[in-house]
Amino acid sequence: MSVTSQVPDARNDQAPAPALRGPVARPGSRLLHRMVWLRLSLLLSAPLAWMLLVYVVALAALLITSLWSVDSLSSEIDRSWTLDNFRTLAENEVYRNVALRTVGVAVAVTVIDVAIALPIAFYMAKVATPRARRMLVVAVLTPLWASYLVKVFSWRVVLSEGGLAEWTGLGSPGYGLTAVVITQAYIWLPYVILPIFAALERVPDSLLEAAGDLGAPTGMVLRSIVMPLLVPGIVAGAIFSFSLTMGDYITVNIVGGANQMLGNLIFINAGAANNLPLAAAIAMIPIAVMVVLLTAIRRTGALENM
Amino acid sequence: MSLSTRAPAETAAVDTPAITLRGLRKTFGDVVAVDAVDLDIADGEFFSMLGPSGSGKTTVLRLIAGFEQATAGTVRLGGTDVTRSAPFERDVHTVFQDYALFPHMSVLDNVAYGLRVRGLKKAERRDRAQQALETVRLGHLGARRPAQLSGGQRQRVALARAIVLQPRVLLLDEPLGALDLKLREQMQVELKQLQRELGITFVFVTHDQEEALTLSDRIAVFDAGRIQQLGTPREIYENPASAYVAGFVGTTNLFDAATSQRILGVAGEHAVRPERLRLSPGSDTETPRADEVRLDAVVVETIYLGTGNRVHLRTSEGVDLVALEQSTGSLDTREHRGDDVTVRFARADVVPLASGS
Repeated sequence: MSVTSQVPDARNDQAPAPALRGPVARPGSRLLHRMVWLRLSLLLSAPLAWMLLVYVVALAALLITSLWSVDSLSSEIDRSWTLDNFRTLAENEVYRNVALRTVGVAVAVTVIDVAIALPIAFYMAKVATPRARRMLVVAVLTPLWASYLVKVFSWRVVLSEGGLAEWTGLGSPGYGLTAVVITQAYIWLPYVILPIFAALERVPDSLLEAAGDLGAPTGMVLRSIVMPLLVPGIVAGAIFSFSLTMGDYITVNIVGGANQMLGNLIFINAGAANNLPLAAAIAMIPIAVMVVLLTAIRRTGALENM
Repeated sequence: MSLSTRAPAETAAVDTPAITLRGLRKTFGDVVAVDAVDLDIADGEFFSMLGPSGSGKTTVLRLIAGFEQATAGTVRLGGTDVTRSAPFERDVHTVFQDYALFPHMSVLDNVAYGLRVRGLKKAERRDRAQQALETVRLGHLGARRPAQLSGGQRQRVALARAIVLQPRVLLLDEPLGALDLKLREQMQVELKQLQRELGITFVFVTHDQEEALTLSDRIAVFDAGRIQQLGTPREIYENPASAYVAGFVGTTNLFDAATSQRILGVAGEHAVRPERLRLSPGSDTETPRADEVRLDAVVVETIYLGTGNRVHLRTSEGVDLVALEQSTGSLDTREHRGDDVTVRFARADVVPLASGS
């Protein structure tokens, strides 16, 4: 009581001014501060639900569908469990050949992209002036803003009979797997350059200088210092180009001539052939390849620093 | 095979400096980083390049190491012109400010890297690297990764990696800059001991004037890409050549030409070190002796330093002064804000500064 009596009367008439000192009353924030679980669940529920729906549920649906079959007379889906689709894939040579061809194209695209990306990324990260570096980053990114179809069709024009490739005297491989590899290598190149560039940018210049200072000529600096530090970036870029090529079916339709890749088989079976279960089973092939690949890469420890 | 000996036959003739710089100039676009630097650094010398950031000292170091190409002038190492040589062709090694340890190698492999480059057998590499690690007292940490070491330990690994190659010259680019004070003082002592034991020429870049004064045989004070003064720590501190050097190395009381004329009665700029000022309480009415200067002043602020007091003063003429008083143990030495004091200093302690620049 004695405390309140000390407050001057005049103050009582005015609305209380907000206190500058002392704690601020925020019941909601206080609750969140105390309830760690509440905070975490509020933060994570939306993204987790999305991941669950998009990845887990979709993948499970794919797997389940691949275990069904289609009644050849009524063209209706027979929802009884069967491994027939996978038996077809294993026994029919066509599927094996297409699968191997797809992996082969993906490997070729990845090797070409890494080989092109390494010097470009090195120039961007370690040689170019800051201004040139910005312009190169934009130049690398710009193709990503253009439509996929436009890019593939322009390659169709370049590689066509009497097209740009022939004008320049280089000659055109014609429509076929080579054309697919060239086009895919072009389309996925930015995805390979950027992670390698990012990995190189994280390597301090002083490391390269120190290696030179200790007597290592340029080639040895690249081999013993730069490459080991670049492995995570190269792996990240390679995973991009490999998996994106594995799943592509448009490029091969446009510049691939009569060749087919796994994506085409999935597309045909899901559409024209009206055999969704077989399409789902074929779709399990690239998924299985990627799982095997990622597990192998993980064994090497390259994913830990990504 | 001991690291601590270098046979005299290996060193160049006694009179040839370890490093000779002549007319060295480096520009980056329009910016002149280093201008007209002439320097001879003797074999076995602990030489420091002192200056604020952007003064060109690090660029000179990088020109000696070969990381930058000189715009003009020459760099000679032990009499051989290396101006156009690549870093890996020069018999100098650098300890980097950020240590630049290879993160994907063990500590031992880091130290052995230079030996590996030179094609030594694995067993010999390990032995020598281990020995170098022991020289910096890290023999037990060879298997660790650099990321698992503390800052001071990384610093030592960087040193070991350079000294394992027994260079004639070791370049150190602010090697202690990232360490805390206690560790830095400890490393200073160790660096000095190491340099003496190995007999290697050290070229040490620092912006810390105290570090330069305590460690060096000679110091070059840099500003704006030029050497402002070259001399022993004592010469630099006691006889600064210019107002810039006097102000950068230690604290000082600077008198511009007008003030010098007024209170000292002499022409030109002058400087007096704060520890040369003697204070006594109250105004003094005695006539000053001919060999000393006496001024009346008021204490503006007294700062306790542990070892003594730093007293900021303003004289009756309006000149700001700083005095340092060593603690003598008596409790009553501390002046208080607003106290009247008399300041005395010997005329012999007044250092004339070169005019201009």
